[in-house]
Amino acid sequence: MTQSLKTTVLAQAQMLDFYRQMTLIRHFEERVVELFGKGLISGSTHPCIAQEAIAVGAIAAVSREDQVLATYRGHGQMLAKGGDPKKIMAEILCRGTGYCKGKGGSMHLCDPEIGFLGTNAIVAAHIPIAAGVALANKIRGNGLVTLCFFGDGASNEGVFYETANMAALWRVPLVMICENNGFAISVPVEKAVSVKDIAVRAQAFGFPGEAVDGNDVLQVYEITRKAVERARRGDGPTLIECKTVRWERHSAISAGKYASREEMKRWQKTDPIPRFRAHLADTVRVSGAQLESIEREAREVGDQAVEFALQSPPAAESELAEDIFA
Amino acid sequence: MRQITYSQAINEAIREEMRRDPNIVLLGQDIGSYGGTFGVYRDLFEEFGEERVRDGPLSEAATAGFGIGLAIAGMRAIVEIEFMDFSTLVLDAIVNQAAKMRYFYGGKLKVPVVIRTPAATKLGLGAQHSQSLEAWFMHSPGLRIAMPSTPRDAKGLLKTAIRQDDPVVFIEHVRLYASKGEVPEDEYLEPFGKARIVREGSDVTVVAVAMMVQEAMQAAEELQKEGISAELIDPRTLAPLDRETIVRSVEKTGRLIVTHEAYQTAGIGAEIGQIAQEGAFDYLVAPVKRVAGKDQPIPCGTLQEKVFPNRDRIIEAVRDLMAS
Repeated sequence: MTQSLKTTVLAQAQMLDFYRQMTLIRHFEERVVELFGKGLISGSTHPCIAQEAIAVGAIAAVSREDQVLATYRGHGQMLAKGGDPKKIMAEILCRGTGYCKGKGGSMHLCDPEIGFLGTNAIVAAHIPIAAGVALANKIRGNGLVTLCFFGDGASNEGVFYETANMAALWRVPLVMICENNGFAISVPVEKAVSVKDIAVRAQAFGFPGEAVDGNDVLQVYEITRKAVERARRGDGPTLIECKTVRWERHSAISAGKYASREEMKRWQKTDPIPRFRAHLADTVRVSGAQLESIEREAREVGDQAVEFALQSPPAAESELAEDIFA
Repeated sequence: MRQITYSQAINEAIREEMRRDPNIVLLGQDIGSYGGTFGVYRDLFEEFGEERVRDGPLSEAATAGFGIGLAIAGMRAIVEIEFMDFSTLVLDAIVNQAAKMRYFYGGKLKVPVVIRTPAATKLGLGAQHSQSLEAWFMHSPGLRIAMPSTPRDAKGLLKTAIRQDDPVVFIEHVRLYASKGEVPEDEYLEPFGKARIVREGSDVTVVAVAMMVQEAMQAAEELQKEGISAELIDPRTLAPLDRETIVRSVEKTGRLIVTHEAYQTAGIGAEIGQIAQEGAFDYLVAPVKRVAGKDQPIPCGTLQEKVFPNRDRIIEAVRDLMAS
């Protein structure tokens, strides 16, 4: 938790790519929140603002063919896995040009072509599914690894434990990444989790569990890389707890206050993006002009996604009863 | 034609399909050399080994999730739930995941998983091991549901279930496992969505599933002695349901009885009765009757006989209908 960004040495190009992705996700999600405010998003949406370092750092540790499964707070993961921002935004706006023809929406994104096997809106339900995908990798001997993202709340669901046990027994190539953002809707993790670090729960199943600073993209990358290597070697699962905070309400429609103004102010200081920016500027010696150019480009990509989505037609009525059966 | 048991028929279906398709994996509990709680998986572990016959821990919910994961990764999974009553532990995986995944992902994934589970009525096991919960699944779009009553249908429908790319809930019956019937030696498939007219008749249509097909057959034979001709239909699959065969039969007979062991309220009888109302209202000469399980927890011991429908209750109901 106390290690600094400096400890990891990566090629500058890769670090700049991390920064590009993080700023893209941030801008993308800010636009999503804005669009929700304008009544353009059906139902609700679950932004991952302030949690960008986890999606970017962890997914950078796998290849395009490796699989990722995530939660309803999963726009960032899909972007990091190489998802097309336009098609993601279109899906969030339930447009026919979206990844899932506009029928899944913000919480149901999927594209097997990029190894993104879906976001899921039932807490923890995708954990055994991800393990099943990993089991398929093992049976086929294809050397692929599956990353499964879930929240602190999910670590209290029964299938988390059942899956941890089975994944360990069968040594499936699975990396379980818990994004501990401090709250399950409104319930603080201190009131819901019996241990200080969710990571220690892995010990009960005989595989490694490590807690890291989830706002440190390099640390997330490094620890995930090791877990992915372990999984590829055939040594089984790893649990990684990435500690972070959630600035936004659980979902855009969530009512009620879950944190005080002071707490929220304190959290802003942990923002992973300015922190990584400072590292790039001060330690890696990236010029301000270069960083600004990356930021500008990220904003453009996000804005283009919004434009594309807004100009796309809504999900076609002819699609209503399609895709129920193969 | 040779005769084999319902249990052997299921075993053969799985064995043949696993030989044909190396992508098929079995998941469940007690399915290793033990051969399954009711012996349905006899010798499969020996033939296919632990990689494909994965005897796992008592974690039904995760087991079903693993099955779905295998399926979306391009393999095929058959998940056994030892008693249908335990499917409560797996409902999210079946109803919220397998059934809807293809839809909410806009057709991007296929979910070829078969959930096999037996009803276990009248074994004296009481309230938590005696239920027939097929209506719960029928209430969930996105699933295919089979409920065979004969060895021939069990084998042919299961092979179809395994080969299709959609999630299937395959409902067996413990008291049918030992029942024998004719099963062709050559390969065959039975289609989903096609009911079987078990016995033709002209006075009353009886739609029966699973164990109740046998009871209804006995009732029909008894009623024939009284000059009442009953037509017996086994839908075989509940999703898709062959509405047409049921409606056509009711048009002919003007009377309908639906019988199932599951609780009466909101059971499949209610749905099938409504289908008859919608499709053949003008032909009905009497109200549709249900001969179903009582709406109460199932007791063990001799009391259990009182909650389940049987041959005599069907006969009684038919006589009532003919008199009305």
